[in-house]
Amino acid sequence: MKDSLNPLLVNRRWKPWEAVLWLIALVSPLLLPSHALIINEIAIVALFAVSLDLILGYTGIVSLGHAAFFGMGAYTAALFSKLVMPDPTVGLLVAVVVATLLGAICSMTIIRGSDLTRLMVTLGVGLILMELANKLDWLTGGADGLQGVVMGPVLGRFEFDLYGRTAAWYSITVLLILFVLARRIVHSPFGATLKAIRDNRLRAMAIGIPVTSRLAVIYTVAAGMAGAAGALLAQTTGFASLDLFEFHRSADVMLILVVGGTGWLYGGVAGAIVFKLMQDVISAITPQYWTFWIGLFLVVLVMVGRERLLKPWTWFARGGKA
Amino acid sequence: MNQQSTEGIVLSAQGLIKRFGGITATNNVTLDLRRGARHALIGPNGAGKTTLINLLTGVLDPTEGRITLEGADITQLAPHERVRRGMVRTFQINQLFDTLTPLETLALTVSQHQGMGGKWWQALGSNGAVIQRCEQLLEQFHLTTVMDQKTNVLAYGKRRLLEIAIALACEPRVLLLDEPVAGVPAGEREELLQTVAALPADVSVLLIEHDMDLVFSFANRMTVLVNGTVLTEGDPDTIANDSRVKAVYLGHGDEIAMEGAHG
Repeated sequence: MKDSLNPLLVNRRWKPWEAVLWLIALVSPLLLPSHALIINEIAIVALFAVSLDLILGYTGIVSLGHAAFFGMGAYTAALFSKLVMPDPTVGLLVAVVVATLLGAICSMTIIRGSDLTRLMVTLGVGLILMELANKLDWLTGGADGLQGVVMGPVLGRFEFDLYGRTAAWYSITVLLILFVLARRIVHSPFGATLKAIRDNRLRAMAIGIPVTSRLAVIYTVAAGMAGAAGALLAQTTGFASLDLFEFHRSADVMLILVVGGTGWLYGGVAGAIVFKLMQDVISAITPQYWTFWIGLFLVVLVMVGRERLLKPWTWFARGGKA
Repeated sequence: MNQQSTEGIVLSAQGLIKRFGGITATNNVTLDLRRGARHALIGPNGAGKTTLINLLTGVLDPTEGRITLEGADITQLAPHERVRRGMVRTFQINQLFDTLTPLETLALTVSQHQGMGGKWWQALGSNGAVIQRCEQLLEQFHLTTVMDQKTNVLAYGKRRLLEIAIALACEPRVLLLDEPVAGVPAGEREELLQTVAALPADVSVLLIEHDMDLVFSFANRMTVLVNGTVLTEGDPDTIANDSRVKAVYLGHGDEIAMEGAHG
């Protein structure tokens, strides 16, 4: 089979629209300088969602405790800048390492049991960490949150500005780097074995895939990526609070991923854009009831299906398949 | 059973017992698979044939008994570790990766088999040897035309072929086939079994099958399982002329099995 005919390699190749998308993302803080803050937020949430997709969409592990790693990354980055040094890149790396270690430990809890027990365990880990951050208030500031985080310039050159432009570029760049990494993973033999586990665990074992170790590895990687997202948030907002560990963060990120589409890396990105923009627009109109509209949207999306929602011309087509 | 030499025995089950609550699905089964054997496991429905395969491959843990592969005790090994040692199975009911294509399925299986399943930095399909092997398998199992379609949209016959192709992609030393031609149109059965029969002479095959014509054309050794117990074992001629086996297939299996177990 020639490489140009090999469907496996064709799928993996970067498409022109992807390059355009990332270019737009990178210039967006310039084009929309007054919206740099929300662009920053979208990039962070997108990274968080992509990390969840690695385990939920590609491996089939349902987790309601992914915020544990997000919060861990955020607190690590914030504490590091306060106690050790204010350099954001080093802080980010340290946060990723710590979140990855936490993920490695927690991965032992998810390799056994049914989907429901796994769901409960992930939920429990999140709650434990939140309570720890609450009780260790000499270190974390407890319920008041960790305040007064001062960041140095990125790479020693780019100062964080009030409008959030540097922050947006910083977050988008980190998102891009980790997205490329995730993309590589899902198109590799390793990634293919994850999809095999998701589709049919029994058969995956029957062709020699070490299922438990694969689950543990990808869970750990996803934890590290979630930690990076958390670190970006703490670094760009200069703040870390208990809220980062809360259940609603884990639920939100799953919602975002479902909105954008699981098992497709751009699903996390698309979901983050849609979710954040909806949140922004609707909460400006009706600050108290915006979750109602998000909820309604979600119900419609799931009932009607993303495919059909995006292609209104198929709504009245007869006979199903469009 | 006679005390035969253990030389040439690849897979051996000794005194396997599996109880589910009060039900004994596998009752003291001892079975030896010799190198290069084309060994058939037959018996009426509910005789415990699939349970035995599940025990051998590690999907189920035996209540009692021991399993050895190439002389090594594998009773405690996880299913994937047994695969790594060369024992591969197919399933009576297709167990496929529904959202992947046949090409992806085989590419990942071959990659895993060749020790590349953990590689995350290179693309699936970038390895020439893997792709070559996939092409060969796709051709052999008439899957080339559908290699790029999602497995869940394939016709049953193609899915069945893929089921077998996956197992062969693992290049088994010991192959356990659980009713491989179930649901395959009559004309294609022979060909499918010929593919299996054409495996290298030192590959050992254990076949579960109901179609007696196929069994007798394929096997050079047969074991008859009734009610979880080995009724008898021998070459096809002996089995064909065994009055107890005839009785089982004429419908008096229960009484005969009791006699067989006692006598």
